[in-house]
Amino acid sequence: MNKKPTVGVFKFTGCAGCQLEFLHLEDVFLDLLKVVDITYWVMVKRENSEGPWDISFVEGGISTPEEIEEIKQIRKKSKIVVAFGDCAIAGCIPSIRNWIPQMEAENKVYADTSVIHSTKVMGIGEYVKVDAVLKGCPPHRDTILEFIKASLLQIRPRLRQHPVCVECKYRDNECLITSKKIPCMGPVTSAGCGALCPSLGRECEGCFGPMSNPNAAALADIFKEIGLHRNDIERKFRKYAGMTMEFRREAGQ
Amino acid sequence: MTEKTMTLKNSKQDIKTIQVNYIARVEGRGALNISVTKDGKVQDLRFRIYEPPRFFEAFLVGRRYTEMMELTSRICGICPVAHQITALRAVENAIGLEPSDQTNDLRKLLALSAHIQSHVLSMYFLSLPDLMGYESSIAMAKDHLDVVKRALRLKKLGNDLSDLVGGRAVHPVTAVVGGFTAIPSKNKIQAIRKELVNAKKDAIDTVELFSNVEIPQFVRKCEHVAISDAHSYAINNGRFRSTAGLNIHESEYRDYISEKQTTYSTALHSHVKTRNSFMVGPLPRVNLNFGQLSADAKEAAKRSGVKFPNFNPFVSHLARAIEVVHSIDESIEIIDRLPLKEEATREIVCRAGFGAAITEAPRGSLYHSYLLDNNGIVQKADLVPPTAHNANNVEKDMHEFILTMLDEPIEEITRKCEMLVRAYDPCISCSTH
Repeated sequence: MNKKPTVGVFKFTGCAGCQLEFLHLEDVFLDLLKVVDITYWVMVKRENSEGPWDISFVEGGISTPEEIEEIKQIRKKSKIVVAFGDCAIAGCIPSIRNWIPQMEAENKVYADTSVIHSTKVMGIGEYVKVDAVLKGCPPHRDTILEFIKASLLQIRPRLRQHPVCVECKYRDNECLITSKKIPCMGPVTSAGCGALCPSLGRECEGCFGPMSNPNAAALADIFKEIGLHRNDIERKFRKYAGMTMEFRREAGQ
Repeated sequence: MTEKTMTLKNSKQDIKTIQVNYIARVEGRGALNISVTKDGKVQDLRFRIYEPPRFFEAFLVGRRYTEMMELTSRICGICPVAHQITALRAVENAIGLEPSDQTNDLRKLLALSAHIQSHVLSMYFLSLPDLMGYESSIAMAKDHLDVVKRALRLKKLGNDLSDLVGGRAVHPVTAVVGGFTAIPSKNKIQAIRKELVNAKKDAIDTVELFSNVEIPQFVRKCEHVAISDAHSYAINNGRFRSTAGLNIHESEYRDYISEKQTTYSTALHSHVKTRNSFMVGPLPRVNLNFGQLSADAKEAAKRSGVKFPNFNPFVSHLARAIEVVHSIDESIEIIDRLPLKEEATREIVCRAGFGAAITEAPRGSLYHSYLLDNNGIVQKADLVPPTAHNANNVEKDMHEFILTMLDEPIEEITRKCEMLVRAYDPCISCSTH
């Protein structure tokens, strides 16, 4: 390769956990710097370029008018825009507040709401074209690496489309739903974590967001049969990805 | 106040202005606006946190008590463990559940692992570039590869320990109300014990590094606050104490600590009622709890030549290094006494009630409280992260600090003001939550 691709890492409304997961690539971090040129990453660098970038990793949802302008500027200056993690994809946990009237939310936290300019929190795809999504809260560091490698080779990254259930099978986990009647989100949740939670004695909570073409309605019916109250079913779908097309109906009004 | 200073600014031409629109090498989005007249009066000084709020306290209402750990974890990617443990303890206090000794030990181990990770990030990646004259750790790696490699090794150790106890480092999954869903295997915990023992030299070298780098000599004797416990170095449990005599139970927090909103910051500002702003973090912890540090951490502190208690905020870096030594020592101590036995799942009986908890996140005291109804549904949530505790104190420090360097070039004053912010290791997303 003639020239190292330039990379930017950007933060919007979120927790910085996805950037942290990037930094947690300790074993290969120094090698990574040999093959990409990180020119914008305010959490790590004091001197940051104004772009353009070959790959822009965007973490966080969009929740203010200023952020809408900023994400549009980043889009203009980037070849590839990556929705980096669940917040950038569909707002993630902070999107639970989209079900509360905005003024009610503001009044619970601030005495003077006239200086607060927040809107509903949305994924970046609401405002700009997105070229790739890295699912997860946070995405697994191996997925980040896979994506960077594929970009360098200019091939399609192998990002998982199947549910967590497949990873449970690989790990020989007993099915929590069929054997223990535990309401697990695995059947509708995108793989990528290696079936982390079911392998550690607890149900999947859905932190990688919906898989490709999930049958959310069928899983909601199973939860009902198990004995889950309607409100608890809503809570499960209105968590990491309540704003997505796939979960919107089960996430409730 | 802001409007008044704006007019003054316009009427006076001889004003030094410092403006940083997006402070680098801190977590989250904050800015600095300072103006000082030529005769040395600070006209305006704002540590402006403009990170968009996420309204956690609003949307936690209506959710289940069992979810608090999982949801509040997402307040912060750097200190998710602190939010998880604080949420778990506050909820357990509300329903009157006492966790087992093994659970408390595993939680402490998880918290210590997070302290190692977060402190190494703050010291080496966010602040050391200033002290060694680089724009970033990436630039620093070209000349000081051994230092950056040591940082990566230590950070990885923290993460590996979090991975082992919590399932993963960013937003762990195993800690739940009443216990853990899975406990580490004996083989794996012995393997990481070896790594901890081997990492000790890196930790001691870190103390030495931060004893030798030059820091600004600036002292301001403000109130230092941390939780404190007679028998161990307090991280997850203790009374809320200060250098000015505060000594309260976590449930009394709101009787003593208040918050107020400013027009320019989405983070609320904390103060001790009837008194002033205060500082939380590694330096207050070392100041208040020096006696509970491990023998080697104390020894390393003594060798540094720096005397504690210490009220120079830039000594926070050294305090972090000392805490990393302690964290490794205490982790080994916990591993050696952990029975690692499967514990029966606890029968949890929900009941209405109020519960509060204070723990020490890597960057300082963190408060959560919840009001639950009979079904375990949250009715009210109140969260105060370390950077909300510190935000006002950063401004007070800077107000005095800037007066000590007025004759220096603007770029230098700007850099040093940023360094002061970074010494607090703010977690800005946390502060706005």
